[in-house]
Amino acid sequence: MSLRSPLGRVLGLGSAKEGTGHWWAQRVSAIALIPLTLWFVFSLLALPALNYATVRAWLSYPLSGFLAVLLIAVLTHHSYLGTTEVIEDYVPAAGPKLFSLLFLRFLYVLVGGASIFAVLRVTFGAWAPIP
Amino acid sequence: MPARGRPTSPHWQIYRWQIGNSLSILHRLTGVALALGLIALCYWLVALASGPQSYAAAMRVFAGPLGRLVMVAWTFAFLYHLLNGVRHLFWDIGMGYERTQRHASGWFAVLGAVGLTVCVWASIWASHPS
Repeated sequence: MSLRSPLGRVLGLGSAKEGTGHWWAQRVSAIALIPLTLWFVFSLLALPALNYATVRAWLSYPLSGFLAVLLIAVLTHHSYLGTTEVIEDYVPAAGPKLFSLLFLRFLYVLVGGASIFAVLRVTFGAWAPIP
Repeated sequence: MPARGRPTSPHWQIYRWQIGNSLSILHRLTGVALALGLIALCYWLVALASGPQSYAAAMRVFAGPLGRLVMVAWTFAFLYHLLNGVRHLFWDIGMGYERTQRHASGWFAVLGAVGLTVCVWASIWASHPS
């Protein structure tokens, strides 16, 4: 066990150089989401109807499935970064903050994972297996 | 450390209400609303992958009166968050900081989002009247 104070241990080491990581990730994902979300909204608006057969057929296209998976991955990450920031700003007590952040993390992995798995089921399910 | 009881971030109790902080708060509110929309998107995709019955059930939820109201709200939230997000990206590269530019871009984000929401739902209603 060290007798040095927590402050003494870190003085003079400089920063971890990771302070801007969250900020950068939020901006980069935001830029990626501009084309991805617009593609998704315009694709849905361009479909003749939003019934089961039409939407399945659209999402069965390899390009649609690929872009949808990218969209969900980046959207989930961006949304996780944003809601995490809200929790960090407005939940001052350490216990509830930690609980909320862990809850959010599990929820986002669940929602993102389920969404991507659903898209893959539609995209790959449409192709008949080679006999 | 006497951390309890002190604000941890600049607060709405202290700030004077004006366009700058209003739009900043609206950006967060729309972001949180869109996070809830992500759960709805997940539900829709899982229903689509699960089969025609579950997809029909999901579409009944989204096409119901409450569902449609929430969809319009999400459309506005998405468009505002998009336009105001682009506004933030311009600030990040050091552009648009003048008072008149800030106000003009702010009003552009709000009015643009309202106008585009109307356009989107007018086009949906025009092509699928129901």
